[in-house]
Amino acid sequence: MCKDCGCSKVGEIGIHSHAGAKEHEHEHGHAHEHGHAHGHGHAHGHGHAHEQGHAHEHGHAHGHEHEHEQGHEQGHEHGHEHGHEHGHHHHHSNGNGRKMVEIGLSILDKNDRLAERNRGYFMAKGLLVLNVVSSPGSGKTAFLERTVKNSANRLKIGVIVGDLETENDAVRLRGAGAQAVQITTGTVCHLEAEMVARAAGKLPLDELDVLVIENVGNLVCPAAYDLGENLRVVLLSVTEGEDKPLKYTTMFKTADAVIVSKIDIAEVVGFDREKALSNIRRVAPQATIFEVSARTGAGMENWQRYLQEKLSEINQQSSFVSI
Amino acid sequence: MHEVSLMSSTLGIALEYASRQGAQKIHRLKMRVGEQSGVVPEALEFAFDVVTQGTIAEGANLEVEKIPVICYCLNCKQEFQPDTLFYECPECHELSTEVRCGREIELTSLEVS
Repeated sequence: MCKDCGCSKVGEIGIHSHAGAKEHEHEHGHAHEHGHAHGHGHAHGHGHAHEQGHAHEHGHAHGHEHEHEQGHEQGHEHGHEHGHEHGHHHHHSNGNGRKMVEIGLSILDKNDRLAERNRGYFMAKGLLVLNVVSSPGSGKTAFLERTVKNSANRLKIGVIVGDLETENDAVRLRGAGAQAVQITTGTVCHLEAEMVARAAGKLPLDELDVLVIENVGNLVCPAAYDLGENLRVVLLSVTEGEDKPLKYTTMFKTADAVIVSKIDIAEVVGFDREKALSNIRRVAPQATIFEVSARTGAGMENWQRYLQEKLSEINQQSSFVSI
Repeated sequence: MHEVSLMSSTLGIALEYASRQGAQKIHRLKMRVGEQSGVVPEALEFAFDVVTQGTIAEGANLEVEKIPVICYCLNCKQEFQPDTLFYECPECHELSTEVRCGREIELTSLEVS
């Protein structure tokens, strides 16, 4: 087990920016790296969608821990909260030689801070960032391929795809016309902010409008890991049952958008559409629902319009920030 | 959901704070885990025993405070505690999208010497 962050991960996390060119590292998902492919002119901490007047540090180098003093407002676009106090710690003594040390930190604090850093960076680039999650086989890649194809001449989309193994999904997405980077996690069942930061460094972010992160197929673990996205998109296909949202409430409650996919075969599999929609609305009242078929294209125009709208909102927000 | 990995991260934070205090031993860790965090307190307890072996936290007490979900109804302008996974206001029956607490996974404090 890694004694730095205690992950029980063995093996390598690879970042592949095009077929064959793989950067290998033994990885724990930390902010170790110093030689990032990140541009250095980047404006960390500028361009947050939170309130203006944040006094973010700028002088920090990559890979260093820093004390993050600000009390965040959670005015994010995405449906999940951090709910953590940032630790200034103080202590007081008990009578018996023991001391109490107050901490008050989220145990995902490290990831949360890196995610915020990502968020600020992406905002400064005027990017709309999506984190797309679902069970394995729900149709994330097909949905994104179709989105990319439909966006030709309308939006420039870059994709970061996470899988345990293979570069197949990145290859498919490049075939559809997107710039794509594959993260192969080896054994890690979810993406974390640091992996996303590294992969993003391999994309020409200045040329992009939208950055899509296709998470590892898993409806459980990715829920707690903020990647720095603006929108969390949860996909479920008609073959998975109407009660999916009831089974995976933690994830659905973090969704900004819920995509019901493969609607072209809904009838054949006996999908109860009303029940499914009702369950989604009751568990995830905050989410906008889309019903689509990547194969036939049904419902994809609505989704396209939504993306366009959200991108405009992001652009309006970043115009308030002076860089 | 990764309770072992989460507990290892927790221990890492605890050891850092303990060492800043010059502490030799951690006697107690207090955590606050929200009902909607996706984390199971019992699994945390199990993981705790495993990961603290051989560290200054070995044998320490782990106290996990379960934090219920508290929502805010924008209609009625008041907080409520839902008793199902549908966050329905008991007064007006609107579904709330404002979760005030219940999602946290926090290391709250340590007792060291």
